[in-house]
Amino acid sequence: MTKSFWLYSIIVSSAIRIPAKIGFVHKVTVSTEEVKKIAKLASLKLPDNEIELFSQQFTETVDVINQLNEIDTSTVPETYQVTGLSNITREDEVDENRVLPQEVALREAKLIHEGFFVVPRVIDTDETESVI
Amino acid sequence: MKPLHELTISEVHEGYSNRDFTCVDLVQHFLNRIEKYNHKLNIYLALNKKALLEAAEADKEIVEKGITRPLLGIPFAVKDNFLTVGMETTASSSILKSYHPQYESTTTQRILNAGAIILGKTNMDSFAHGSSTETSDFGPTLNPWDTGRLPGGSSGGSAAAISAQLATVALGSETAGSIRQPAAWCGVTGLKPSYGRASRYGIIAMASSTDQPGPIARSVRDCAIVSEIIFGKDPYDATTSPTPVDIYESSLEKKDLKGIKIGLVKEYLLPSMRDDVKQLILDAAEKFRSLGATVEEVSLMNPKYAIGTYTVISRSEISSNLARFDGIRYGHTRDAFCPETKRRILLGTYTLSAGYYDAFYKKAEAVRTKMIDQFGELFKTYDAFIGAVSPGPALPLGATKNQPMFGEMEDILVEQSSIAGLTGVGLPCGFVDGLPIGLQITGAQLEESKVISIADCYQRNTDFQKFPNIEKTI
Repeated sequence: MTKSFWLYSIIVSSAIRIPAKIGFVHKVTVSTEEVKKIAKLASLKLPDNEIELFSQQFTETVDVINQLNEIDTSTVPETYQVTGLSNITREDEVDENRVLPQEVALREAKLIHEGFFVVPRVIDTDETESVI
Repeated sequence: MKPLHELTISEVHEGYSNRDFTCVDLVQHFLNRIEKYNHKLNIYLALNKKALLEAAEADKEIVEKGITRPLLGIPFAVKDNFLTVGMETTASSSILKSYHPQYESTTTQRILNAGAIILGKTNMDSFAHGSSTETSDFGPTLNPWDTGRLPGGSSGGSAAAISAQLATVALGSETAGSIRQPAAWCGVTGLKPSYGRASRYGIIAMASSTDQPGPIARSVRDCAIVSEIIFGKDPYDATTSPTPVDIYESSLEKKDLKGIKIGLVKEYLLPSMRDDVKQLILDAAEKFRSLGATVEEVSLMNPKYAIGTYTVISRSEISSNLARFDGIRYGHTRDAFCPETKRRILLGTYTLSAGYYDAFYKKAEAVRTKMIDQFGELFKTYDAFIGAVSPGPALPLGATKNQPMFGEMEDILVEQSSIAGLTGVGLPCGFVDGLPIGLQITGAQLEESKVISIADCYQRNTDFQKFPNIEKTI
C-alpha cells in the first residue's frame, strides 16, 4: 500500500470557530493498488481505465472530505440515526402477508435447482477471483 | 374549463362529481400526451398496461359510491425505485433490467388503497445516485422548460412529469435533495418529509439513514393531500415515527403568517451565486414579511462541510445497501453497475474499511451531530428557515461529465437539512433566463404542518407555479 502524506494549510472559514489544535489536514493519495483492494472487498471487477480514473477521483474527493477536520468534534458523540427511537421490537410471530410463496421467491432468479437458489462456489476457489 | 392535464387533485374530484369527465377520459388524455411527448422527453420508463382498466373500475366506484377514497381516480407518476407488483422496477439501472418485484412498497400500496391509478414508472439517476438523471442507464430525462437542459435528480422523471403535465401528481424520493432539487429545476412543488415520517419499505435503498419518499405536485395543497396518505407508522419499517400524522389540509388556506418567525440563512446566499438568483430569495423574504411573518438573517455552519459529511455518510450506506445486488435472487451480476454506482460503492467501502472508519465515517457522523445541534438552537426561535434549493437554474445536458461530485455540489443547500432529518418544501419563487428557481422552506423534524402552512400561504400569494408550453419547447 503506497500512501503519501504531507501537510498543507487550510482556508479558515469565518462561519466556524477553529480550535487551536486544529489547522493541519493530512493529504491522502488513494493509489491504484488501494482501488484494486477495495474493488475486491466490494466484489466489483474494474477495467484498468476505471482503476486509474477512480484513484485520481478518490484522491480529489478525500480532499473535500478532509475539510471536516477543520471542525472540532472532540466533545460531540456521533449520530448514526436521527429518529431518537431505539429497540423497536415486534411480536415473534410469522406475518403471513410478508411470506412469499416459494415459486414467487424463486421467480426472478436466473439459476434455481429443485426449489433452491443456485449460488456460486465460495470455498476452495482461487481467492484472487471475485465471488461473483 | 381548464384542460384535463392542468387539473389539481381537488379539481379532478370536482370534475368527477359533476360528471364533467370520467376517470377513463382523464387517464386516456394523459396516455395520449405521454404517447405524444415521452419519446422526446424520456420521462416514463414503463407504463401501466392496466391503467385504463383501473380507470374504468374507478368510474364504476364513483357512480356507485361517490368519491369516498381520497385519491380515487387520481393519475400518478411513480419514480422507478418504488417496488410495484406487476410493473417492471429498475431504479434506472441495467442490473435490475426486467426485474418484476414480488412485493409492493408501502408508499405505493397506500396510494393504491386510497384509489390512485399509477400511469407508469419514471426515470431517475441510476439507484438515485445523482442529481441530474444523467446517470440513468436508460438516458437522461430532458427538462420540459428547455430540452437542452437537465431536469435535476434523482427524481428528475417525476418532477418533469408534473412540469410537462403528464400526470396529476408524482411520487419521488429524497436522500439529500432528490425531491426538492428536481422540483426546483422543473418549476414544480415537492415535499421532503422528516426522516421517519414515511416508510422506506419497498423503496430501493440508497442511504438508509436519510432516504424518504415524498410527493411532487402542482401545488403545496396537492403535496399535503398525498402526504397525509403516505406518511405514518409502518410495521414494516422500524424507523418510522410513532407520532400520529397531522391533518395537513387544516394547515392550508391560512389568511396570513402573523406570528411566524422565519430565518433567512446567510450562508445559503453563496458568494458564487448569481445576483438575480439571490434577489429572488430576498424577494421571497420580503413577501413573507408582507404576509405578516418576521424574517431575520440567521447563521448556520458553512454549507461546504455538508458536502464532505454527506459524501461519507451516503457512500458508506450505499456500499452496504448495494451489497445485496449479487445477481443470485434477482437482477444481473455486479458487472452491470454503471460507473457512478461503482464509484459510490467503492468510496463507501473505502470510508468504512479498516484504518479509515474513524477518520472518515465516525468523523462525518460527529459533524452530523453538530449540524443537528445548530438546527436545534435555530428552531428554538424560528419556525422555519428559507434559502434557495439549488445554487442556480437547471444546467445543460452533459454538465455531469467528469464531475464525480456533481450532485454534492448542486445539493449543497439541502444536504444539511437531509443529514439532520428535517422536513422541507421546495417550490417555485421566480425565474431567471426563463428557467424556474426553487425556494426551500425547511422546518424542524415532524413539523410538516408548519412548513405546509407557510409554503401554502406563500404559494397562494405569489404566481410562480407555471408550466412550460411543451409544444413549443420540444
